[in-house]
Amino acid sequence: MLTLILFLLPLISGIFLVWNKSNGLAKTTTVLVSLAQIALFIYTASVFRADASALDYSLDWLSDFKVSFHLGIDGLSLVMTGLTVVISGLILFATKDLSYGNISRLLGLILITEAALIGVFAAKDAFLFYFFFELALVPVYLMANLWGGDGIARITLKMFIYTVFGSLLMLVSFVVLYLFAQTSELADLAKIPVNLRPGLNNLLFWGFFIAFAVKSPLFPFHGWLPDAYSKSPTPATMLLSGLLSKMGIYGILRILIPLAPAGTANFSGLVIYFCIVGLIYGSVIAIQQFHIKRLIAYSSFAHMGLMAAAALTLSPSGIQGSVFQMVAHGFSAVGLFYVAKIIYDKTGSRSLADLGGMSQRAPRLAVLFMIILLGSVGLPLTNGFVGEFLMLRAIFDFQHILGITAVISIILAAVYLLRLYQKTMFGPVTSFTENIEDIGVKELVVLVPIALVIIITGVFPNCLLELSSGFAQTLPLIK
Amino acid sequence: MFEGSFENIPEIFRQIPLINIVQLATILFIIGVVGVLIRRNAIIILMSIELMLNAVNLLLIGFSAYNSDSHGQIFVFFIMAVAAAEVAVGLAIIVMIYRNIRTIDIGLFNKLRG
Amino acid sequence: MTLSLLITLIPLIPFAGFLINGLGFRNIPKSMVSVIGTGASFLSFLCVFFTYLQFNGDPVIVKLFDWITVGSLNIGFTFRIDQLSLIMLFVITGVGTLIHGYSAGYMSHDSGFGKFFAYLNLFLFSMIILVLGGNYLMMFIGWEGVGLCSYLLIGFWNKNINYADAARKAFIMNRVGDLGFLIGIFLIISTFGTVEYGEVFGKATSFAVGDGVITAITLALFVGAMGKSAQIPLFTWLPDAMAGPTPVSALIHAATMVTSGIYMIVRSNVLYTLSPFTLEVVAWVGLATALLGAVIGLFQNDIKKVLAYSTVSQLGYMFIGLGVMAYSSGLFHVITHAFFKALLFLGAGSVIHAMSDDQDIRNMGGLWSKIKITAVTFLIGTIAISGIPPFAGFFSKDEILAHTFEHNKLMWVLALAGSFLTAFYMFRLFFVTFTGNFRGTQEQEHHLHESPSSMTLPLMVLAALSVLGGFIGMPVVFHAPHYLNDFLSPLYEGSRTVMEGFGQVHLSHSTEWILMGGSVAVAIAAIFFSYSLYGKGGNVPEPDQEISGFKKVIYDKFYIDELYNALFVKPVMRLSSWLYSAMDNKVIGGLINAISSGVAEAAGVLRKLQTGNIGTYVWLITLGVIIFLGFSVGTEVWTSLKSISK
Repeated sequence: MLTLILFLLPLISGIFLVWNKSNGLAKTTTVLVSLAQIALFIYTASVFRADASALDYSLDWLSDFKVSFHLGIDGLSLVMTGLTVVISGLILFATKDLSYGNISRLLGLILITEAALIGVFAAKDAFLFYFFFELALVPVYLMANLWGGDGIARITLKMFIYTVFGSLLMLVSFVVLYLFAQTSELADLAKIPVNLRPGLNNLLFWGFFIAFAVKSPLFPFHGWLPDAYSKSPTPATMLLSGLLSKMGIYGILRILIPLAPAGTANFSGLVIYFCIVGLIYGSVIAIQQFHIKRLIAYSSFAHMGLMAAAALTLSPSGIQGSVFQMVAHGFSAVGLFYVAKIIYDKTGSRSLADLGGMSQRAPRLAVLFMIILLGSVGLPLTNGFVGEFLMLRAIFDFQHILGITAVISIILAAVYLLRLYQKTMFGPVTSFTENIEDIGVKELVVLVPIALVIIITGVFPNCLLELSSGFAQTLPLIK
Repeated sequence: MFEGSFENIPEIFRQIPLINIVQLATILFIIGVVGVLIRRNAIIILMSIELMLNAVNLLLIGFSAYNSDSHGQIFVFFIMAVAAAEVAVGLAIIVMIYRNIRTIDIGLFNKLRG
Repeated sequence: MTLSLLITLIPLIPFAGFLINGLGFRNIPKSMVSVIGTGASFLSFLCVFFTYLQFNGDPVIVKLFDWITVGSLNIGFTFRIDQLSLIMLFVITGVGTLIHGYSAGYMSHDSGFGKFFAYLNLFLFSMIILVLGGNYLMMFIGWEGVGLCSYLLIGFWNKNINYADAARKAFIMNRVGDLGFLIGIFLIISTFGTVEYGEVFGKATSFAVGDGVITAITLALFVGAMGKSAQIPLFTWLPDAMAGPTPVSALIHAATMVTSGIYMIVRSNVLYTLSPFTLEVVAWVGLATALLGAVIGLFQNDIKKVLAYSTVSQLGYMFIGLGVMAYSSGLFHVITHAFFKALLFLGAGSVIHAMSDDQDIRNMGGLWSKIKITAVTFLIGTIAISGIPPFAGFFSKDEILAHTFEHNKLMWVLALAGSFLTAFYMFRLFFVTFTGNFRGTQEQEHHLHESPSSMTLPLMVLAALSVLGGFIGMPVVFHAPHYLNDFLSPLYEGSRTVMEGFGQVHLSHSTEWILMGGSVAVAIAAIFFSYSLYGKGGNVPEPDQEISGFKKVIYDKFYIDELYNALFVKPVMRLSSWLYSAMDNKVIGGLINAISSGVAEAAGVLRKLQTGNIGTYVWLITLGVIIFLGFSVGTEVWTSLKSISK
């Protein structure tokens, strides 16, 4: 029941806000709902510690087809739901004070996205999972189209077609399994693949994998990403990079590995190669970008490659590392995009060529930006390090050469992120940054929690690792 | 065909073997098809379509009689009613087309060309 | 106070100082800022001292909490107090306190005063974690942490984009080294299943000398050491790092951070002893760096650049020492070097302060009488680094040379040549700066003044240490106890287990006397040579445009920066642009566009089928019906034919 409330609250308030016109009411609702969600989540976590099965909620839905509305929480789901709740809260807090027209509708769409994401992360039924997986994109698509810049229609259409294409392959795989199992319960579907022909198992793998690879996105399915991230309005970008991209990795852990174990065993090596190529590829491209959002977009893309690769090594270290990194990356990506938005709002430019010297004018921003950046660079005692350490170690154990190649990415990350920092914060003041003011309470409310999470989970990572360790052991093929 | 239930068929129908009906219907149908295929006049095409429709009706009646099942014949009534309405609409369309382009040659109706 | 609390306080106090100054420096008056900063450092020093008093020779391990637990791997947040960490802590907090005090005077006119002290305290915290950590990952925390502080402090005056670039270069080059370190840690985990020092070294003793895995681990770790301790090929960041304020150069880029590579190798001495190949690599890399640094140092004209190259060179000597398995000697040199190099840098800072921020020695001259305390202490530092007894540098360097002689005669000759160069360029620096006539502008001459006592006091303390510091490790021939070696001896338990005869010296006393005499003679010869050129001769290095020939090659640092630029930076940049414009836009984007335009084109072709002509449609319908009918009838005929043929 608790899980259902966690899902319904943002959904209902979101639908309400979409129709609502009053800005004041919208902001109040947003704040209340976000705080209520966080409180609910904390309560959920405490219930989870006591008895995880109490969080199961099942309702007959399409009973003729044995499809049920089944939500439930395990370790991985708890981590992801928590991430969704907190990150959505931060995005809502950030968005409510941004200068977008029709803000109530925008906030409503964010809340609906949050509900859909909670649905994805808590779904225990394949059909339900698929439904929410698709649903999550709709509000973001609308946000991008309604508040986006020039030429956004073409870009979002590209993104939509990309992801729908991937999702349809996933649907086919689900249907194949459904035909054998005659139920869409994920736990029951997981019993099917053992008896299937190897060829079919492989097809299942590719069906699922392409869906998640497009969503994350992984190399070479990232064609939609640079434009979508850089041209969408910032709330949509934050949702895409902070949360929606995680659906891909979550899907790999929750769907791909348990439902296509034989295919995973056959192809994970190949896929990891591609992921590492993507990691280096994205990092190298990010080095020369001048558009701030585009730079962060490529950096985000590179990190997703690492997470997917680590998850597919099927070692405890890799899986827990990638779960941990999902959280870490969620926070740092949202933080970086938000900082990019602040910089843009203050200076009117997103080009590194125009900026510089902001640390003299906005020291608070400079400090928080630095902390978020360091999280992204993977400095020890930030959460980025723990994730990257575990993931890189898993990849190194998987294959030494691959590991060494992957480790190069931490150098590249330092190169492009410090370049980003230096070109915006250091150097002489430019005409764009001459008259800016430092950030105030509105921005601090978002950035300080992000910075705190980055440091606290970096110093005490075990609070998260504990949750995912139980899940990691349930996966097949753990070496 | 239907040998097992031959006794159930009314006397009057037994005098005309089913095969004759089928042959007649086929001939009618083919005439209709060929008419549609080779004629360019819209009204004649419409008539050919009616011919095909009636061929089917004939089959329905024939089989229903031989099957001692009145469903088919009832169905035919419906078809005739629908066909009448259809012809009315069809003719109306043809009249409208004629008013617009002064011809009912279907070779010239290509407004929907892709 | 319990020992574990005391140990925990050592890093915690500077961290608290960092938080107080970092969060509140706008509201704290300047005088309080420096008191908090320096006080934190000094309190930490006191904690180290009290810890030392309670230390009974056995390692003390304090586990605060489990840091990372994954599968069977459990990495604790542990501190380890043993002989090595105590010595390093003394150096760090001791020299650190002096430099904090010095900064209070040096940075007093800077607007970022509070920020500076916050960074310094953060550095101290990271450096303490580095040496105090009880496992390799803890060391890595400190390792990256000091890298960050180094970045922040080099780029302290980041309004100047060159300084910011230097900072970035330092961070990135260090990260290249960190790559090696990280891989080393991965290998350690997969080989030993743990990263705790005690367990790793315990398990390592069961390996055979020359084992492949151990060699791989030690080489990987050494790559990390190369980055942090500025060895070939990762040394070019250190001279550029002089962009930071001078106290930073003294603390981070001379006394403490750059020696963490040596600390790491001494810490892992068991592993290195197991791998003679790596040791050989370490020694030769150290030697090459020592010589290269010394040669480049010969003709530099920026007072801090000379000292920077001298640091590179001295670090090379330390690595030579480690490479010939004289771990204690390497560490000994770390200690003495911390004293005299910090002294030299702080002296240089005082000179720069007096010269109104001019660093070019060609504009100086004759400062001896103007800034007496600085000059005298600087001279002491110069003598110490040149290796004249009984100053500190002599003992440590001589120990390294003696061990080198025993290991490889050629290496010894080259190292001796290096120490000739060292003495030469250091005295060149001294003579050009402090003797002769003043060559700067009128204005500068007017401003010349001795630094405030907060700056000169650390100079005097460090000068005293540079004179006396060597006596903790007297050569055997003097029959005095070698306090340092005796103290450090328990560290090499593992090395003694895996290698018989570890740490025993086979030189006869007469050989030792000859070696000692030789190195002193070389140093004195270099000093005289330098004196005749720059002291009595009064030569002044020529302006930039007049430097030519081979000297220019040296002056321009053998064009190594340019080489790296052409070899790594430019290709990566070009690759980046290429990947973006050609790969991502044309291939990946192009593929997608090709698919979409392919669909569009197919639609263009296929729509031609929609002729709009009813006749055609009817024909097609009929055709379709005939085909389907024909197919179904055909298959029926076919199956019946088959059944007949059976």
